[in-house]
Amino acid sequence: MSRLIRMDQTGHTTLAEWSVDDEVSREAAVAAFAAELETGAIAMVTRGAGHAEHVRELPLDEELVIMRRPIAGG
Amino acid sequence: MATEAHALPELASVYWRPRATAERLRRRGRLWTLTTVAHVVPFVIVAVVMMLLSPLAFPVSLAALAHAWLIPALYAQRGANVARPLRRAADGPERVALGLLGDLVDHRARELHARTGLVPEQGRLGLWLVGEAGALLLVGRRVFCWCVKASDPELPSGDRVAHLLLALRTDEEGFATVANLAFSGARWRVRRRLPKHQRSALAGEYA
Repeated sequence: MSRLIRMDQTGHTTLAEWSVDDEVSREAAVAAFAAELETGAIAMVTRGAGHAEHVRELPLDEELVIMRRPIAGG
Repeated sequence: MATEAHALPELASVYWRPRATAERLRRRGRLWTLTTVAHVVPFVIVAVVMMLLSPLAFPVSLAALAHAWLIPALYAQRGANVARPLRRAADGPERVALGLLGDLVDHRARELHARTGLVPEQGRLGLWLVGEAGALLLVGRRVFCWCVKASDPELPSGDRVAHLLLALRTDEEGFATVANLAFSGARWRVRRRLPKHQRSALAGEYA
């Protein structure tokens, strides 16, 4: 089961869970992903030690996709 | 250089900044040192000259020396401030955020974070120590202090660190471009101004 989570005030919130062979859960996850992008969130997947990647479409084969807020110089 | 696909999305908000590179960092470091010298030397000269002209000018000399000490000290304090912990959220969210952060790093990093609130991350530019509202970059004996944070001020501390860590891992040079350089100078100048529990992070145990 793959998960789409958002880092937020609660620590993190699970927005969607899907499995590749379940079309309904996949579509729900894609919709949740799109809704998060609309709010300005940035989607990340980790790529092993020390690496992460920004993704613009929901990678359905990933186990965990993390939505974060933008960062800015203080 | 990161391709557009791997570039930090936040770079679009600072499009006018040249992308950070190791060479640009070295130049900025040297510039900071020159600026410090330019602040200190004139005040020291004034102090010495005043004393030579008249020992009665001792208070003026003392004031000049105080300026020579205070101005670099304030800059170093500004650098140390980027590593300071921010206000904590409620215990529940802090625990959840810490769990996610723990999944992103290895055991040694978790241990250092538990002691200091800083997460080490080895990059191409140097060793990063990522905090809640900024990051320290250790390059040799020099430290670069970067002020940068997630745009949501209500996040628990673990999530603040995780935001910066994920951005750093996506595009290290981009991260150093988006962040504001608050200070660059000798490690010891920042180390002595950090809270005690954070000082060991700058001791070089992860370098």
